[in-house]
Amino acid sequence: MSLKKIIWKRFSRNTLAVGGAVVIACIIATALLAPYIAPYGPTHIDIDNVLSSPSARHPLGTDELGRDVLSRMIYGSRVSLEVGFIAMGIAVSIGVIIGSAAGFYGGRVDSILMRFVDVMLAFPSFVLILAVIAILEPSIVTIMAVIGVTGWMDVARLVRAEFLSLKERDFVLAAKSSGAGNLRLIFKEILPNALSPVFIAATFGVAGAILIESSLSFLGIGVQPPDPSWGNILSSGKDYIETAWWLSVFPGMAILVTVLSYNLVGEGLRDALDPRLWQAESFEKIEKPGQAAAKILTE
Amino acid sequence: MFAFIGKRLAQMVPLLFGITIITFAVIHLAPGSPVEAETAMSLKVSAQARENLKKLYGLDKPVYVQYGQWLGRFVRLDFGKSFVDGRDVIKKIAERIPVTLAINILSLFLIIVVAIPLGVISATKQYSLFDKISTVFVFVGFSTPTFWLALLLMIFFGVQLGILPISGIQRIDVSGMDPAARVLDWGRHLLLPVFVSAFGGIAGLSRYSRSSMLEVIRQDYIRTARAKGLPEKIVIRRHALRNALLPVVTILGLAVPGLIGGGVIFETIFAIPGMGQLYYQSVMARDYPTIMGIMVIFAVLTLLGNLLADVSYGLVDPRIRVSGRK
Repeated sequence: MSLKKIIWKRFSRNTLAVGGAVVIACIIATALLAPYIAPYGPTHIDIDNVLSSPSARHPLGTDELGRDVLSRMIYGSRVSLEVGFIAMGIAVSIGVIIGSAAGFYGGRVDSILMRFVDVMLAFPSFVLILAVIAILEPSIVTIMAVIGVTGWMDVARLVRAEFLSLKERDFVLAAKSSGAGNLRLIFKEILPNALSPVFIAATFGVAGAILIESSLSFLGIGVQPPDPSWGNILSSGKDYIETAWWLSVFPGMAILVTVLSYNLVGEGLRDALDPRLWQAESFEKIEKPGQAAAKILTE
Repeated sequence: MFAFIGKRLAQMVPLLFGITIITFAVIHLAPGSPVEAETAMSLKVSAQARENLKKLYGLDKPVYVQYGQWLGRFVRLDFGKSFVDGRDVIKKIAERIPVTLAINILSLFLIIVVAIPLGVISATKQYSLFDKISTVFVFVGFSTPTFWLALLLMIFFGVQLGILPISGIQRIDVSGMDPAARVLDWGRHLLLPVFVSAFGGIAGLSRYSRSSMLEVIRQDYIRTARAKGLPEKIVIRRHALRNALLPVVTILGLAVPGLIGGGVIFETIFAIPGMGQLYYQSVMARDYPTIMGIMVIFAVLTLLGNLLADVSYGLVDPRIRVSGRK
């Protein structure tokens, strides 16, 4: 059986992970097809139905301007998708570059880069993000950049660790002795073999980025109205907490389901991609005492 | 042991430097100087006044000189004056600390009391219904936006049932109440914020205690204890639990950044006058001296949390002291 088949078999056996993947596929489809699915435009105002509770006309109710919450949520899925993937892409790119440089070159390069990682990790990530947002104009582009630029450290550490163990392996030494240059060694020989932990981290990274975007938009420093995002609908929910519960309940559920799906897929990938786990009957048998949990606890 | 702690402390020094450099750099990357931020509101400020302000902040000097001066004042705990109300930043921060500290201690307590039993029971009954339910809870817990949880609780307990207050830390007429009623009122106000603050940590720590317990249960000395005929209760309580919980307790220091970051959000939602809310307000007002002050303090707290985790781990596991922990 080929490696890909083994991985696929292990992943597809994990019902929760497959369920998560299906949900993500649905959300992506919703985002792409938003204009065809949404009953109204995202900024369409129904002046006769301001803050109306869920009804046949507006299945999830309307907001304080009479806009349809369901439609805004459907369009809002585009925001979380964009932010999730682009922010994660930025973080992974930076992390891979810094991690491979540190791991490959070692020595002084390594210690300088890793001290930089330590310093960045000393700031609680949300605090650092807010500080940068404070000096820039809030917009979706700003958020993606800021989440990416403040979220690469874990990837860098993972990639560095992979490089440290891979660079002494026979196939790398063989390539080296046959005259491969450093760049070739890094990108063609080592990096392709170091990608599975990056892949797993990236999946969790999308989930994290969506959570941060929604928090920022909720606080009013993320996606700006009238553009819809799940977080800024919740922001109206807070303003009308006494009267309009539907503004608070539904968008939050959308965030929860989306983030949960990415986390389940990430967990499934971790199970499927790590060969050390293949022999074990269950994941726990060799899991070091809750490293993953510890990481989440500290975020 | 002291050598170990000393080494850890020494390693913190370059990190502290890095923290101040990043903090300084972030704020100075800002388009527009703090002077403009301060004078943008009033058109009457003359060019001369602007120059004077620039001199006051040292903005007419090269960047490295500015950094040096700022750092020099900073280590003497002179964080400058707030742009918003002209008060000393250090005083503004100091008066916010007790509330934030109280909430964080209470929520750490809640995390320990709920998460450890949850994780331990899950591990001893691996794959049971209880274990499955708590695993689901953990996953949902990781994925729940805390501000949304806060909103739901406010709607349910504050609006629908009307039994808990949804903002602030005390009633307006608190001065007329006797001490017992005052404490009760305080507790009612803090119930929801503490729960929200602890929520993510409960999920994380229960998972951690579960894996730690699972690891210990597989050890040979547990098999020995069972083999010599000890009742399961004693095997779990006396042999397994003690060994499993040590690493769990040491990890609490690492929860600091999570609590701080969460605090910014929930203190804002619940209108709690703590450091998190002050940080959010300063960000909104672009009050750079306060932002910088709080950033550095938060980062130092994070480092101290790491140090605490390292040191307690060293105390628990003598092997660590020799080799250093990575």
